[in-house]
Amino acid sequence: MTHGLQELLKAVLASPYTLPVIYGVVIVAVLPLVAGYVVLVERKVMADMQARLGPMRVGPHGLLQPIADAVKLLLKEDIIPEKADVWIFWLAPLVSVTAGMLALAPVGIGPAFQIARDINVGILFVAGISSLGIFGIVLGGWASNSHYSLMGALRSAAQLVSYETAAGMALVSGLLLGGSLQIRALVEEQAKQGVWFVALAPVAFFIYLVASIAETNRAPFDLPEAESELVAGYMTEYSGFRWSLYFLAEYANMMVVGSVATTIFLGGWLRPFAGVGGAAGTALDCLPGALLLGVAGYCLYRAPKQPVAVQKLVMVAVAGLCAALAAALLAPVFVAQALWMKPGIHGAFWFLLKVGGYIYLFMWLRFTLPRYRFDQLMRLGWYFLIPVSIVNVMGIGIALVLHWERGMHLALALGLTTLMTLAVAGVLVRAELKREEQLRQGAAGDAYAG
Amino acid sequence: MAETTQNGAGQAGSGSAPHTLLGADELILNMGPQHPSTHGVLRVKLKLDGERVAGSECVIGYLHRGVEKIAEHRSYQQFAPYVDRMDYVAAVSNGLGYCEAVEKLMGVEAPPRAKVIRTLLTELQRIASHLLWLATHALDIGALTPLFYCFREREEILKILEKYCGARLTTHAFRIGGLQYDAYDTMEKDVERFCADFLKRIVEYEDLLTGNRIWLGRTKGVGVLSGEDAIAMGVTGPVLRASGVQWDIRKAMPYAAYDQFEFDIPIGKNGDTFDRYVVRMEEMRQSVRICRQAIGKIPAGPILAKVGKVLKPPVGEVYHAIEAPKGELGYYIVSDGTVQPYRVRIRPPSFVNLQAFDKMARGHLVADVVAIIGTLDIVLGEVDR
Repeated sequence: MTHGLQELLKAVLASPYTLPVIYGVVIVAVLPLVAGYVVLVERKVMADMQARLGPMRVGPHGLLQPIADAVKLLLKEDIIPEKADVWIFWLAPLVSVTAGMLALAPVGIGPAFQIARDINVGILFVAGISSLGIFGIVLGGWASNSHYSLMGALRSAAQLVSYETAAGMALVSGLLLGGSLQIRALVEEQAKQGVWFVALAPVAFFIYLVASIAETNRAPFDLPEAESELVAGYMTEYSGFRWSLYFLAEYANMMVVGSVATTIFLGGWLRPFAGVGGAAGTALDCLPGALLLGVAGYCLYRAPKQPVAVQKLVMVAVAGLCAALAAALLAPVFVAQALWMKPGIHGAFWFLLKVGGYIYLFMWLRFTLPRYRFDQLMRLGWYFLIPVSIVNVMGIGIALVLHWERGMHLALALGLTTLMTLAVAGVLVRAELKREEQLRQGAAGDAYAG
Repeated sequence: MAETTQNGAGQAGSGSAPHTLLGADELILNMGPQHPSTHGVLRVKLKLDGERVAGSECVIGYLHRGVEKIAEHRSYQQFAPYVDRMDYVAAVSNGLGYCEAVEKLMGVEAPPRAKVIRTLLTELQRIASHLLWLATHALDIGALTPLFYCFREREEILKILEKYCGARLTTHAFRIGGLQYDAYDTMEKDVERFCADFLKRIVEYEDLLTGNRIWLGRTKGVGVLSGEDAIAMGVTGPVLRASGVQWDIRKAMPYAAYDQFEFDIPIGKNGDTFDRYVVRMEEMRQSVRICRQAIGKIPAGPILAKVGKVLKPPVGEVYHAIEAPKGELGYYIVSDGTVQPYRVRIRPPSFVNLQAFDKMARGHLVADVVAIIGTLDIVLGEVDR
């Protein structure tokens, strides 16, 4: 009997599916927590920009706020509107959150750590699955049987269709440069060329940035849930746990688009100047550790200034944590025996830092900009982003052909492409400004005709 | 697209033939009375073709307290705190209008010192009211951050009011015949500090909004109201002035101590939401100008005229209007010679301005509806009374 068990255990461990399954379970378990803390960070960043403190009550500096929120949401009464389509109402948030989590599967956090496995259609898989999340929103909005929800759902559908095209075109630009759909291959290509693709195709990165904000329904494109207009858009009738699933899906989607942008345009898990070796390389390798040491030092410096003993303790604990992480990051640089750890943890550090920066940008924009109106959103998508992205893709294709067939220097060819795309963008902007001016001269009340 | 919908628009629910873009039924959307951006308990019935407004109807009265009726059963002094509850974000202005109306009825005049302090506090209140308007208006359009900046400055004004009379919101700052409280010791210094800070801060708001492409897109050409229409509908205040009509009661029929101070009346050109924004921003600057002049010359002397404990105005009637932050606030008081008014009729600016809503919203999108409610700067406590 025990022999049989051992055999089984061996077989399970030997199976290529075991590790991905474990990873998957970990992701499903950890993602809500991560999302909760991203929300806390967002609230703290927002508070900082708005001259206030943000959550301060639950735990030191509000550190336990996400836990409290989660408990509250789980314990809330589950309300299903009487005239809702119960099954679809029940299913819709699950569709959204599943799509969001599944899309994270092939994302590579480091050369050694792919969340599920490195499938060969990696980016296509991510783009395809994450677009499925829209079904959850549309169905949820429809099933709620409420006018606000319906309008939110319709807006969301139209928005996704419009911006998916531009985002896809931007991704194609990156894929053309990388020559593969596989995530690891894309990053390795950037390592080989010694330059991140954001430098080769800045316009494509910018288009992807804008389109991904729109796709994840974040401000200034948060029309599907525009609070001041549609109460809460497609989520109006949702409450408690179901609502938190939508919330989770939104943040999972943010991580997905952040990861995709990082992988394709920002060099994935590569550190800046990945090709540089020698003393300069060592100095760059020390950067993550030095950064964390700096944070630890700042925490220690601030600790005596905290008013309550428990806060002092937490500051010291955070400092200790940062110092430990710094030690782990510095060890492979200086200790030969620990060298095997280096690609893994340094890769993860740089990757998470880049995704974090991308998400921070999302937050920053949200607190700074007013919201677009629906027709303006559509106009921006169809009259500006899509034409520019198509021109950009064609230009990059031509540049690559020139590089391969005629031996033209890649940077020169792509630089010309960027200039050409910018020129096209300039023409489009001028046309738009002219149109606005004409409308203002004409009947102002009819400003949105067409 | 706008052609088809605008022509087919009747009053919401009036049963005109549906004539929508896709030939679909019109959607009746009930916005409010519980909605994040109807500024209280305004209920708007919207007739929508897709997201385009084909007609609208405002339903009011959810906050009706019968303020005018209450007045008939209170003595003149007893009624004074009630007017604070109308436009509760500009209580000082309401009180000024009422006190001056009763003074006019009785034929007394407040002493010069009282008049200047009244003017000073009323202008501070105007800034506070406009700040609240900016905060909520920007929030409605989706800009989160100006809200907190505006509340930060408004807080300073409320602190000054609190130091002066002990209350922050419903202040009951003035008395019939003058003032109950004299200016506190460091009031001039507080006001000067606020004015200096505020002029710097207002630049921050303009940085966030005025040149912002999205803000321009959301406000320019939205909710256009021509000067003729504005006059025809009795619209007053910044909404009227943004339509290019130079009408400000502070200049036209000076009351309190406004004739002693120099200030300009900003006017707009196009009468759209952006112009109303610019006009109100400039009005705040002009209010700072008035405040600064006022603290320089508060005359010495008594603060309360001789009015006696029991007010018995002679038989007669009076209409007195002031320029409240939201427009012309008028009090029409009929006295039958007893201690209680026979009738008090209040002309609230928000109520009259709200009339223009349907005209402004027709043909716009749902997102513009909240922008237009915001730009009208209504307070439902005043609309419903």
